[in-house]
Amino acid sequence: MNAILNPGVTRRSVLAGTGALVLSFSMRGALAQEAQVKPGDESSNFQPQVEAAPELPGSLAKTPKLDAWIRVAADGKVTVFTGKAELGQGIKTALMQVAAEELEVPFETLTLVTPDTGLTPNEGYTAGSHSMQDSGTAIRNAAAQVREILIGQAALRLGVPAEQLHAEKGAVAGPDGKRIGYGALVADDLLNVDAQPTSKLKSPDSFTEMGTPRQRVDIPGKVTGGQAYVQDMRLDGMLHGRVVRPPSPGAKLVKFDDAAAKAMPGVVQVVRNGSFIGVLAEKEWQAIKAMRVLSLGAGWEEHASLPDIAKLPEVLKGMTTKDGIVKDAQKPVQGVRSVEASYTRPYQVHGSIGPSCAVAQVKDGVTTVWTHTQGVFPDQGAIAEMLGQPVEKVRCIHVEGSGCYGHNGADDSAADAALLAQVAAGRPVRVQWMREQEHAWEPFSPGMVTKVHAQLDASGNIVDWNYELWSNNHSTRPGSAGALLPAQYLEKPFQPDEQELKISPEGNGDRNSVPLYAFPSQHVVWHWIKDMPLRASALRGLGAYMNVFTIETFMDQLALEAGADPVEYRLRHLQDERARAVVSLAAEKFGWQANQKAPRDHGYGFAFARYKNLAAYCAVAMEVEVERDTGRVRLIRGAAAVDTGEIANPDGVRNQVEGGIIQAASWALYEGVTFNDTRVTSVDWSTYPILRFDALPGQLDVHLIPRPGTKFLGAGECGQGPGGAAVGNAVFNAIGARLYDLPLSRERIKAAIGA
Amino acid sequence: MVALTINGEAHQVGAEPDTPLLYVLRDDLKMNGAKYGCGLGQCGACTVMVDGEAVFSCVTPVLLLEGREITTVEGLGTVEKPGPMQQAFIEEQAAQCGYCIAGMMMRAQSLLQKNPNASDAEIRAHMEPNLCRCGTHMRIMRAIHRAAELMRSGAGTGAARVTGERGS
Ligand code: FES
Ligand code: FES
Repeated sequence: MNAILNPGVTRRSVLAGTGALVLSFSMRGALAQEAQVKPGDESSNFQPQVEAAPELPGSLAKTPKLDAWIRVAADGKVTVFTGKAELGQGIKTALMQVAAEELEVPFETLTLVTPDTGLTPNEGYTAGSHSMQDSGTAIRNAAAQVREILIGQAALRLGVPAEQLHAEKGAVAGPDGKRIGYGALVADDLLNVDAQPTSKLKSPDSFTEMGTPRQRVDIPGKVTGGQAYVQDMRLDGMLHGRVVRPPSPGAKLVKFDDAAAKAMPGVVQVVRNGSFIGVLAEKEWQAIKAMRVLSLGAGWEEHASLPDIAKLPEVLKGMTTKDGIVKDAQKPVQGVRSVEASYTRPYQVHGSIGPSCAVAQVKDGVTTVWTHTQGVFPDQGAIAEMLGQPVEKVRCIHVEGSGCYGHNGADDSAADAALLAQVAAGRPVRVQWMREQEHAWEPFSPGMVTKVHAQLDASGNIVDWNYELWSNNHSTRPGSAGALLPAQYLEKPFQPDEQELKISPEGNGDRNSVPLYAFPSQHVVWHWIKDMPLRASALRGLGAYMNVFTIETFMDQLALEAGADPVEYRLRHLQDERARAVVSLAAEKFGWQANQKAPRDHGYGFAFARYKNLAAYCAVAMEVEVERDTGRVRLIRGAAAVDTGEIANPDGVRNQVEGGIIQAASWALYEGVTFNDTRVTSVDWSTYPILRFDALPGQLDVHLIPRPGTKFLGAGECGQGPGGAAVGNAVFNAIGARLYDLPLSRERIKAAIGA
Repeated sequence: MVALTINGEAHQVGAEPDTPLLYVLRDDLKMNGAKYGCGLGQCGACTVMVDGEAVFSCVTPVLLLEGREITTVEGLGTVEKPGPMQQAFIEEQAAQCGYCIAGMMMRAQSLLQKNPNASDAEIRAHMEPNLCRCGTHMRIMRAIHRAAELMRSGAGTGAARVTGERGS
């Protein structure tokens, strides 16, 4: 019931929750949900809403009709609709668990429809660890309300009070063994009603589905060669498209010769529009060969427009356009000692293993695009604008791709496919990017500089914290057509959207720049950079990774300065009980001992953050080994503790956090985009190495702190900051020297050791 | 025309002989298992077995493969009857996006088929060429150990056509 599920509950809402269907549905004013954060993308353009007016839970606020989320067919089959996409995070399975639980239908019988501008609710982007909060909350409440409506219908049919009926296995059952299947209870527009602010949610102690590990529905197909990805789509008559990308950002096509390509076997069509070149062929390999030949016949005018990579931090600092005050210290506090450090990180790629891909087809004047974008609705608008067509002439359907971890080439390849489909005479067109295109042209996660200055009192406690960061915005998703790469290179090019500085609770480049620690005085400034020396956009966690890396490695430095154990030092400054709980649990499970010394060339590191300061809590302890001669780092073992509120699929959460920590370790140890004054030079896996099996820990345990009855907090990104920072601290602990520039490369480690 | 034996079946394909096996599998034969990741032999998403050895299908032209025994993930079993390797990956839930996974399974298969008692260090070293961006490595390792167990005990229902060395 509500009282258990909503900590902020009032007596009134308890009454609403336990009342009969009709009563609870009439008590619209009895809203007592926690202040709902509006469904939003991970960028900063929303404000949390604390309203007196009834606010529908999760994405129901935007799409209130129950049958937009749940439909029951006459044969009893239940279909659930979500606007959030499966990105490999297991969201499909988790959402189905939620629906099965509240609707009282067997998990196996559910069908889930994922984002499709023609079918599903518009839930914006699947990003920012929002899927469970937005869609999970909407589906859960919608399912509970549908269940109660069906019980109400059964009560009328059977002439028994609703209180004597209950839902089970897709039917409503009464005390005398009477049962009516859901299918027989639905009629016409029964579910075509607006959701109510409160729902009669099931109590966590009666859960049979939520909170229980569930094998993911997509894995059997993926391990047996089933059609699982947009890359695997093969529509009748489908052509293969490839695009010739310019050699460098902003390059202009000045010479073009397609005669040789057109004469190649299988080539159906060559397209040139401004500096956009594409080719269509019957077979994929033919398209690739033709792309190469076209590339040879193309001449480009390039500009030396990229910054000096050796001076990147200074360049970025010199580009500040505006300052945003993220947190204003009302009164600076004077300590007895002060410590300062500055950190840098390079540009990074998302680095999906499968390069971006899309399929598009024009039929009856409508362009349908199958895409692994995180936002089918925004892409629909942007692609329509690019094509100069009304929005209803474009339909975008999500199909899984390779993991993206943010805004990679998905949307751009969708635009490529949409453009090429216009000249394909109704035939479907599949476009996949080449590896070097993905590496060079996906929007990068921006380079950043951070600086922190802390004052300690006589006992080493932090009394004043002054933090600065230099960064672009971390999200340039569509948006308008100008956010789509090919659109920027057309004869009539579209301009990228104007960037703006916004300070928001969830944060952007400034995400997690305010420590959760209770310092008497904190001041945080975002030196905001408007221009994009390299096209940049959202990568898992946005600024959180770098800000947490800075805060948490600096905390270690301060602990050392104060002669304190790093875990104890953190706890000393942490008041939030849930934060303390994850820190303590990770330390305990790791076997953390105050002032322990690691074996020779080994190091222990610890880090903590609450993602966005309002989502999941995560603490990570890590042991590493550093090979002194080479500077090579190996992870030895790790333990993490996570509080992600209510959990739908515990194994799904573990999988996400494990993966996040490993990925963050890769970011921290190896990764950085390289470029000369004109071109990006990290264009494959040899020039942009990532973590391989040899660096893997022997053990990495993720311990969950279940919080039944609390809100979903999302899990997808909480491991990034603490994961990277724990590795950083462990490296420092192993080599006894601090590094302030990411990545913590072999060269830098060797130099720091003096080997 | 090129004659290929894939998962025990003979195929005649009308591909140009320089075509890498990957595109013949995906495009001509409409098989999903082998994935395009880099086309450069750098990531392993396209890994298949040729005569029991793990091979990057993206850089192996079909003209070199006539008369050789090619095995893809489709040859390890089916959804209904998963082979031990597939069974193990399902049991361990060893996938996030899963894009790298078929290649991982094929590389692991090539090792375990020869040596089902491979040590943890041997497995790691063997898996080194294959990349996973989701960070699923821990589970992949667990799944490979589990697959080895299943193979040693003769469990797993599918795997009818898992082939050994050439000519087996
Ligand atoms: S696709 Fe063959 S190794 Fe990457
Ligand atoms: S599971 Fe996504 S790349 Fe490995």
